[in-house]
Amino acid sequence: MSQDNSQTGSIEERVKKIIMEKLEVAEEEVTSESSLRDDMGVDSLEITDIVMELEEVFDIEISTEDAEKIQTVQEIIDYIQSRVT
Amino acid sequence: MPGAAVRKVAVTGLGMLSPLGNGVEASWAGILAGRSGIRVLEPALADVLPVRFAGTVSDFDAVSPLSARDSAKYDEFVLYALAAGREACASAGLRRGDACLEQAGVAVGSGIGGLGLIERNIKRFESGGARRVSPYFVPGSIISMAAGLLSMDIGARGPNFAAVSACATGSHNILLAATLIRSGIVDLMLAGGAEKATTPGGVSGFASLQALSRRNEDPQAASRPWDRARDGFVMGDGAGVLVLEELEHAQARGASVHGILKGFGMSSDAYHSTAPEPNGREILRCMENALREGGVTPEQVDYINAHATSTPLGDKVECQAIQKLFGNQAPCPLVSSTKSMTGHMLGAAGAVEAIFSLLALRDQKAPPTINLDDPEPGCDLDFVAHEARALDIDLVLSNSFGFGGTNVSLLFQRFS
Repeated sequence: MSQDNSQTGSIEERVKKIIMEKLEVAEEEVTSESSLRDDMGVDSLEITDIVMELEEVFDIEISTEDAEKIQTVQEIIDYIQSRVT
Repeated sequence: MPGAAVRKVAVTGLGMLSPLGNGVEASWAGILAGRSGIRVLEPALADVLPVRFAGTVSDFDAVSPLSARDSAKYDEFVLYALAAGREACASAGLRRGDACLEQAGVAVGSGIGGLGLIERNIKRFESGGARRVSPYFVPGSIISMAAGLLSMDIGARGPNFAAVSACATGSHNILLAATLIRSGIVDLMLAGGAEKATTPGGVSGFASLQALSRRNEDPQAASRPWDRARDGFVMGDGAGVLVLEELEHAQARGASVHGILKGFGMSSDAYHSTAPEPNGREILRCMENALREGGVTPEQVDYINAHATSTPLGDKVECQAIQKLFGNQAPCPLVSSTKSMTGHMLGAAGAVEAIFSLLALRDQKAPPTINLDDPEPGCDLDFVAHEARALDIDLVLSNSFGFGGTNVSLLFQRFS
């Protein structure tokens, strides 16, 4: 479900905010190098859930193949930037 | 271990969330005080629904068993079951990792299941298509996930299932769990039911059935079983979970025993989807079956926790069946409906009322029927109107009936 505070700020801020809210983690835990799967213990359903939230907030479609490639927070930010600009 | 024929089923743990409180003792205190747990729904619901009140769970965040991150993956009924299951384990002195808990089973059902999560995801589908449907939609809303998540939480590796029979769900799960224990398949089971049906669709659906009270101007007086002014039931949310355990198993580990599940009966009206068979023939047979199965006679029963939901027909039919069963017996057992205080908790009702029945045995007090100001003519039983009453109680009968014409009676005996 989209959060109002995900609609403002830079792409980096908005991506981090989505991850913080979905995973209930503090800002300092969401570093650019963090891998969702390996560092943050995110399972495949949670990845799908985060991807759906990204799709909704940024109004894009993310294919399954793309979703598997984006592992770290920075990769997600770069991917979103390439899709929306 | 004794043979199957003599294995007795003890209740050693209780857990509950109800409109009267989050926990067994808080809820029971409300019952003994004759307090109503009915309240006005949140404005977003109350403003669009024909029925603006229900018995909802309040302050759940304070007792929520999971983090917000994990809570978001499940419908509330699953979380309610988990909270009640944890309380039941704690009260039975069981902790994750205990050998007997690792072999234990879980049987927890729901009348409807994850209705709220289903409604929210259908809305997402309609606004954004298939890609907007959450991956948690299916696992978070299926009825058997209450038992599934509870088993994961406590590490119970025995039988795991959810029996479903509308408003008799909680009772059927207790009954089936007890038969597994009696048969020697398992020594310990967590059993009960959970419900969170006070959603836009849930309230609308029951309202369309003309099943709900419309007493919007006075919600706490709306659930009034056997009263002449009753006009339907009041929906209730929550969960009840009991720890059932083979008696010698319970005694060997020094568990305290709240009571014995002495017997149980079942029957089916085979008559109508929502209306009770008007002569109460199968309700009578259900209660008779429980007494026979438990090896007791009607005059031994001291108190009946009735199904009575505050509907015009249902209350009357049950009352007449009870009157037939006990004939001219004097004194007739006391009969009350705790739904006058909790509302009708649907799939959780049987489990919650089994717990109230056991607490009646413990405290030797019959719960009241509140709001019963003007009893239905012809219903000539002592309904414990308004105030709880001290009573010598050795045997309690707890009735639960559900849509589809399904009937269950559970018989609990004091343990000494």
